Amino acid sequence: MAKLVFTSHLRAVGPTGDSHFEGSTVLEVLDKAFAEHDLLQSYILDDQRRLRKHISIFLDGVRLPAGQALASPVSNTSEIYVMQALSGG
Amino acid sequence: MSDRLLVSTRKGLMDVRRGHGGDWRVENVHFLGVPVVNTLRDPRNGFLFASLDHGHYGAKLHRSTDDGQSWEEMTAPSYQGVAGDVALQMIWTLAAGGGDQAGVLWAGTLPGGLFKSEDNGESWSLNEPLWSVPEKAAWMGGGYDDPGIHSICVDPRNSNRILLGLSVAGVWLTEDGGQSWSLSAQGMWAEYVPPDIKHNGEIQDPHLIAQCLGAPDTYWCQHHNGVFVSNDNAKSWQELKNAPISRFGFPVAVHPQDPQRAWFVPAQGDDARFPVDGKVVVNRTSDGGQSFETLRAGLPQAHAYDLVYRHAFVVDATGERLAMGSTTGALWVSEDGGDTWATVNAHLPPIYAIEFL
Repeated sequence: MAKLVFTSHLRAVGPTGDSHFEGSTVLEVLDKAFAEHDLLQSYILDDQRRLRKHISIFLDGVRLPAGQALASPVSNTSEIYVMQALSGG
Repeated sequence: MSDRLLVSTRKGLMDVRRGHGGDWRVENVHFLGVPVVNTLRDPRNGFLFASLDHGHYGAKLHRSTDDGQSWEEMTAPSYQGVAGDVALQMIWTLAAGGGDQAGVLWAGTLPGGLFKSEDNGESWSLNEPLWSVPEKAAWMGGGYDDPGIHSICVDPRNSNRILLGLSVAGVWLTEDGGQSWSLSAQGMWAEYVPPDIKHNGEIQDPHLIAQCLGAPDTYWCQHHNGVFVSNDNAKSWQELKNAPISRFGFPVAVHPQDPQRAWFVPAQGDDARFPVDGKVVVNRTSDGGQSFETLRAGLPQAHAYDLVYRHAFVVDATGERLAMGSTTGALWVSEDGGDTWATVNAHLPPIYAIEFL
């Protein structure tokens, strides 16, 4: 299972620590987390299920381009970090 | 008279109370660090609602059922499933349905959708008839990039009669609870479009519309390029060209019982958004707009660059107390109908909205 870590700013609506979920893409992994945390999705995705403009996703230490992040393939050993971008606030 | 204000600011929601000595002070801060766009207290059950605009995480809605002691995040209105490149950007204003419609709430949003809840904000649905009007193709952004609903006037005589003000998308009226909508901007004109379309209703830019609850045939409007009043239930609007200082501004407040009495806060213009000559003033009419007084006592009269946004100027249920907040973080209160003003705090974050509780 991929390791999923959210910025500490989202602890009120998401996992409070590291979590692990199945999935073959970033979005599939995120959807598993969304299923457990009702409000979390709206903080990461907009109404059309696009990655919010000021959210950064890092996969195994590499920041993913915004337009490709959700569809990026992941493996059982992948580490996904969902972070607040330094822009937009 | 009201002794309490909710002040929505860029860095939180300020709960402001009036002490026994008449001094107003910030008693509590909710959502510290998070921009709060607007609030609503539902007069039917006392529930409080707060619209938040997280810079990174989107627009959110919170509710308090214990008068602000605790808050819970609700599911916000959503454009999920709506065709096109649309997503919720902001919940700009909230309004309670009529007294005969328990649980009904309305939310005006950017990019222009009206949402209805029938369960005290637990769930929301987009009003499809307004979203589908053919004139929507001509809607445009104003201060924001997209059109938005800032004024929701639920008629106190008929809960199904609702007047909306949109920037920049006109004045819209429903008389069947939102099943159908028609433009209600006759008499308004726009200086920011070619002359041959300046009277088109769907491109009017009302900055705020306020209905007199005690005489609901009267509506007041601060428009992008003028002050307007309607005394015929919004069938037509008359421009008041004698408003002093400036015809530009954002807010308007109307006396809750006296339709002849209204207040405005003029500003230089759309190309220079600050008080004329750096002096903060309030314009008041007490005769339906035949004449205006310019009120200054207690307000800064030199090098003040405070802009007052549309939702940051309110009158209480008695018509005697007013509160005004600025983009520079100044909060003023008047307890004599605007004759004199006292500074509550000059160092708050930028103020977006105020509500008397």
